[in-house]
Amino acid sequence: MKVLWVRYQLLNHLLLILGVAFLALPLWMVFASSTHDPATIIRDGMQLGLSDQFFETYLGVLTEKKGFTQQVTASMMMLNSMILGVGFAVGKIIVSMTAAYAIVYFRFPLGTLLFWIIFTTLLLPLEVRIIPSYKVVADLGMLNSYSGLIIPLIASATGTFYFRQFFRSVPDELLEAAKLDGAGAWKFFIDILMPLSRTMMAALFIIMFVVGWNQYLWPLLMTTDESYSTIVLGIKSVMQTIDGNRLPEYNRGFALAILALVPPVLIVILFQRWFIKGLLESDK
Amino acid sequence: MTTLTLNSLQKTYANGTHAVRGIDLEILDGELTVFVGPSGCGKSTLLRMIAGLEEITSGDLMLDGSRINDVEPAHRDVAMVFQNYALYPHMTVRRNMSYALQNRKVPKAEIDRRVVEAARMLQLDELLERKPAQLSGGQRQRVAMGRAIVREPKLFLFDEPLSNLDAQLRAQMRVDIRKLQRQLRVTSIFVTHDQIEAMTVGDRLAVLNNGELEQIGTPMEVYSKPASEFVASFIGSPRINLVSGEVKAGSLHVDGFELPGFSQISDQPVKVGIRPEDFVLESTAKMSLQIDLVEELGSDELLYCVSPTGLDYRIRRPGGSGHKVGENITVSVISEKLHLFSSQSGKRLN
Repeated sequence: MKVLWVRYQLLNHLLLILGVAFLALPLWMVFASSTHDPATIIRDGMQLGLSDQFFETYLGVLTEKKGFTQQVTASMMMLNSMILGVGFAVGKIIVSMTAAYAIVYFRFPLGTLLFWIIFTTLLLPLEVRIIPSYKVVADLGMLNSYSGLIIPLIASATGTFYFRQFFRSVPDELLEAAKLDGAGAWKFFIDILMPLSRTMMAALFIIMFVVGWNQYLWPLLMTTDESYSTIVLGIKSVMQTIDGNRLPEYNRGFALAILALVPPVLIVILFQRWFIKGLLESDK
Repeated sequence: MTTLTLNSLQKTYANGTHAVRGIDLEILDGELTVFVGPSGCGKSTLLRMIAGLEEITSGDLMLDGSRINDVEPAHRDVAMVFQNYALYPHMTVRRNMSYALQNRKVPKAEIDRRVVEAARMLQLDELLERKPAQLSGGQRQRVAMGRAIVREPKLFLFDEPLSNLDAQLRAQMRVDIRKLQRQLRVTSIFVTHDQIEAMTVGDRLAVLNNGELEQIGTPMEVYSKPASEFVASFIGSPRINLVSGEVKAGSLHVDGFELPGFSQISDQPVKVGIRPEDFVLESTAKMSLQIDLVEELGSDELLYCVSPTGLDYRIRRPGGSGHKVGENITVSVISEKLHLFSSQSGKRLN
């Protein structure tokens, strides 16, 4: 009986270990390889063990100017990505919250129709409307600017939908109590709805930040000036700029990939804690 | 001095539902008036019209002589306690209570004074820094009242405030609300569907049915002289006995009996109402009933009886009388205690 149970446990753990390895091993290999010199990587392939070039590679990537124009460092690209990710997430939350507020709490002609029109834009992903979007941004003279990178993306049907569902679940009595307490539309939004939406906001921030951070096609098209390029674009450009007689700097590429991974992971860990705390505390 | 006057107030919803059909009513200064009626009778709608949460289709709502039909809820100087309390979940008790005053730009010192005073009155002193989620149902209820009290409004509105509490707490809060209202002497309206709550809490009852006012009066007036068959059957527990009868040549014919002394009523079919406690057990009485079921309530007991003609009667007697099922008893009723209603209109005749 006891033996059977131990075997069962062993099998369970073996499966779990396999699962973890399946997910974590590639990541580990990327990290381990990034600490080797390019020659080793090209000669022996991906590495499992660490080497001694960690600081050299990472410091080099973060501070040395590289890229097509030899003008950008990874830290600049990280900053750009951060601006895009945060602007994208915050913008989406503000726009979708206010849109949902209007749809749920104000009766205006064609309100429901407008909501469904917003909702159907989900059917048109960015890639489908990329050319007209590019044209609009170009005509407005917003190419190669942070506003051009962020503003066209901040309308969010998903966010509007989530906030709409959430607002509809807030009891009407709260609105009525606020009315009797002398809170107008603006005060109700700021004093009551916003604090109640904290968990929603945290959840959306996690999702939207990661989506914004990982944008590839949009920044690729909107920016030609490398000082606006993001880390996701940077990974590729490192690989492309091979001087004729030098080996491709795979170690640097790997280092960039690892660097590109860190902020979204941190955001998820940080906000998840907040998100769960909010879930536990909140009750309507 | 606060007087609220309702002049043929009406409410028709966009879908054509006629929720309130012309109500004339005067709420007197310092009184607690209860709107009572079955669900769907329009009592909550009427209260929400007074609060300004529901638009008034027609009629006038006058507060201290000025028409407030179109005044914003916030400017009507009324405070409301909601059925589910509607406390702001993210604010502390203190913030919940002071929020309305902050919006009104009341000076900070004055807000603190009022909140502390209300908290003391409601025994919330210890709870001021808690959030609503950390409070029990009764405590939330008190916070909701505190939120209304600090406003020092002209008019208190209670929308079924006790229906989310358990029976014991409800009885306790009923007493507390009554005491508090007496103490503050704020004109109040209390909505409930529970007739016992209505009887115990109110200075006056306004019994509503189907969007119309059936009767207004003190609890005893409404109980002992119900203006209609509906009021008679709605107020009073256990329910009043209602049997069909007829007035002919000044005598009442009911369940095979003839009772003289109704000469002021013209000949017509009537409904006769007899309160269960108005039966008198007598050996020489006219009516012989068989006991079908005995409900022991401790202080009282309730006898479910059947008459020879097959009609059911509920009789209330002091407890512990030892009546048995199947036993025959003889009873009588004093004719002054009978309530006669027109079979057609349901209105009181005597």
